[in-house]
Amino acid sequence: MKAISDLLRRLGALIVNAVWRLGFAVRFFFGLLAFSGQSVRRFRSLTMREIYMSGVLSLLIISVSGLFVGLVLGLQGFETLQRFGSSDALGTLVALSLVRELGPVVAALLFASRAGTAVTAEIGLMKTTEQLKAMDMMAVNPISRVVAPRFWGGVIAMPLLAALFSAMGIFGGWLIGVVLIGVDAGSFWSQMQAAVDFRYDILNGVIKSFVFGVAVSLIAVFEGWDCVPTAEGISRAITRTVVSSALTVLALDFVLTSFMFRELS
Amino acid sequence: MSDALVEVRNVTFDYQGRQVLRGVDLVVPRGKVVAIMGGSGSGKTTLLSLIGGQLRPREGQVLVDGQHVASLPREALYRLRRRMGMLFQFGALFTDLSVFDNVAFPLREHTELPEELIRDLVLMKLHAVGLRGAAKLRPSELSGGMARRVAMARATALDPMLMMYDEPFAGLDPISLGVIGQLIRRLNDALGAASILVTHDVVESLEIVDYVYFIGEGRVVAQGTPDEIRASTDPYVHQFVHSEIEGPVHFHVPSNHYATALLGGEGA
Amino acid sequence: MNRSTVDLGVGVFTLIGVAAVLFLSLKVGNLGGEKIETPYQVQARFDNIGGLKVRAPVKASGVLVGRVVGIHYDTEKYQATVTLNVDSRYTFSRDTFATINTAGLLGEQYIALKPGGDEQNLKSGDVISKTQSAMVLEDMIGRFLFEKASEGASGAK
Repeated sequence: MKAISDLLRRLGALIVNAVWRLGFAVRFFFGLLAFSGQSVRRFRSLTMREIYMSGVLSLLIISVSGLFVGLVLGLQGFETLQRFGSSDALGTLVALSLVRELGPVVAALLFASRAGTAVTAEIGLMKTTEQLKAMDMMAVNPISRVVAPRFWGGVIAMPLLAALFSAMGIFGGWLIGVVLIGVDAGSFWSQMQAAVDFRYDILNGVIKSFVFGVAVSLIAVFEGWDCVPTAEGISRAITRTVVSSALTVLALDFVLTSFMFRELS
Repeated sequence: MSDALVEVRNVTFDYQGRQVLRGVDLVVPRGKVVAIMGGSGSGKTTLLSLIGGQLRPREGQVLVDGQHVASLPREALYRLRRRMGMLFQFGALFTDLSVFDNVAFPLREHTELPEELIRDLVLMKLHAVGLRGAAKLRPSELSGGMARRVAMARATALDPMLMMYDEPFAGLDPISLGVIGQLIRRLNDALGAASILVTHDVVESLEIVDYVYFIGEGRVVAQGTPDEIRASTDPYVHQFVHSEIEGPVHFHVPSNHYATALLGGEGA
Repeated sequence: MNRSTVDLGVGVFTLIGVAAVLFLSLKVGNLGGEKIETPYQVQARFDNIGGLKVRAPVKASGVLVGRVVGIHYDTEKYQATVTLNVDSRYTFSRDTFATINTAGLLGEQYIALKPGGDEQNLKSGDVISKTQSAMVLEDMIGRFLFEKASEGASGAK
């Protein structure tokens, strides 16, 4: 009996704590938006650097992973489509899965583990070594000087990275399907073009990656800002960034997909 | 107002239900260096955060240059902070900026000065702490004492009226310790500012300060000029100044009898 | 890291990103190529549209000439009304025959247009009267079984 009530109490505390943190994160988000003026006004000196840190430095991992995902899609897709005698639809399969789902989602997961963790670690370290406090004492707001530029850098970089991921994946699918296996290049591209709609598929993919960019960047800066200022606290915050980003991206993907691709017939 | 730059009046402060400060009064006059001493965890650093406006007292008032710090809106608080400099325990230099850019940081953020003038000012500040030659180094390449001197140059970049030092002597070798001590005094006199020094390094600080407050259990337990402190018969001050193990501050954390614990009783 | 490396890096990054978006839009998607220019709308009524969806292609002799833009159920005629956007470069006679076909065995469904011999052409707002509904697998199997059964019955006589 006591064990059950203990368990319930701990569960309750867990939920209350989670809700409390969520509330704090939302308040943090609005504070961040309110202090975003400098990120715009000093775009060249502040935000550019963060686009470099999270975007340019993620180029390699994003393009290589995109290529491999495309190669695998090409192989597996061909395997399956061949059974139904419709291997011509390989281009459609590769392009639609990448543009609608895999591109935004996998790119966001990779982005969280490459750039998100770096941002969390950086802000966490600045907090632990009292750099944020020192900045505040110098009458410089650390939210507008440190947090907001990193957030906006991530938000800007994410859609471009997701598009690159999809493009590299389609290139990989083409490499396997057309160059290696010998699917007809004409039908590969033309079926793809007939099936992939700009507004319906590509624009929705870009919107998805933008939303993921906001979510992952917010989680990364928040976990860094909120970390316990010790070495252990930073490593825990980094773990939380990866776990929460992955869960949030997948959950958001489900919600967005069910909104976007509902058939309106 | 006389010449008091900082006035702390009957301040109490709680942290997570624990009373850290219970009714502290102290005054820092212009032009003087004042030390706040006490054991670790006695609330000295909290006192600095209250004066800098990073924390708000539960009761009592903190006045800096005649303004109530706790009730200032953000803008006014930031305006006041531009005239304060604070040295954090380990310097808190920005790790992604060079030494030069660290010192230039407050100038670039708060002034519209041309880059040549900023360069001259930064080199002047670095020269004052003897580190003009280290301008191009990264903070990770500096020793603990050098990092703190750079942080002093950064804190004085805007010629503050009040300097605050949080444990400036912690973890330094004897030579760096003497250097930092002399710098604190020299910078204070050169700026015509007031300085607050939070430390538990008694011998070194008594050499350079004008007045000492002892904090214990959230209160001011003793105060006086360095000579008065050295001659004090107060048991707390005596224990502190002469680094005795037993006194009003105990070596052992309160617990049950050692023999009982060894025999497997509670608290083992 | 100096300012100009940052600028250069971000510049290259932006170029690559924009190139990827353009590649997706023009080469992968249908933004560049088949665009239906100044379309005219005609309607077609079907008894059963099967799995036809909005945005499904409209083809004549296999060439894409338009798209399905609306599917409604007409409660007066108890039929499905499908609205088609047809590219104005293509004209069709008024007695054009509209069929719902399937691309491949499991592919998507589309509308095929087969022109008749009428001299007048379809105009915006016209209704195609000659239609053939989608093939429904269950109906076909049912018909097949029924025929087999009746064959068997006549053979036994």
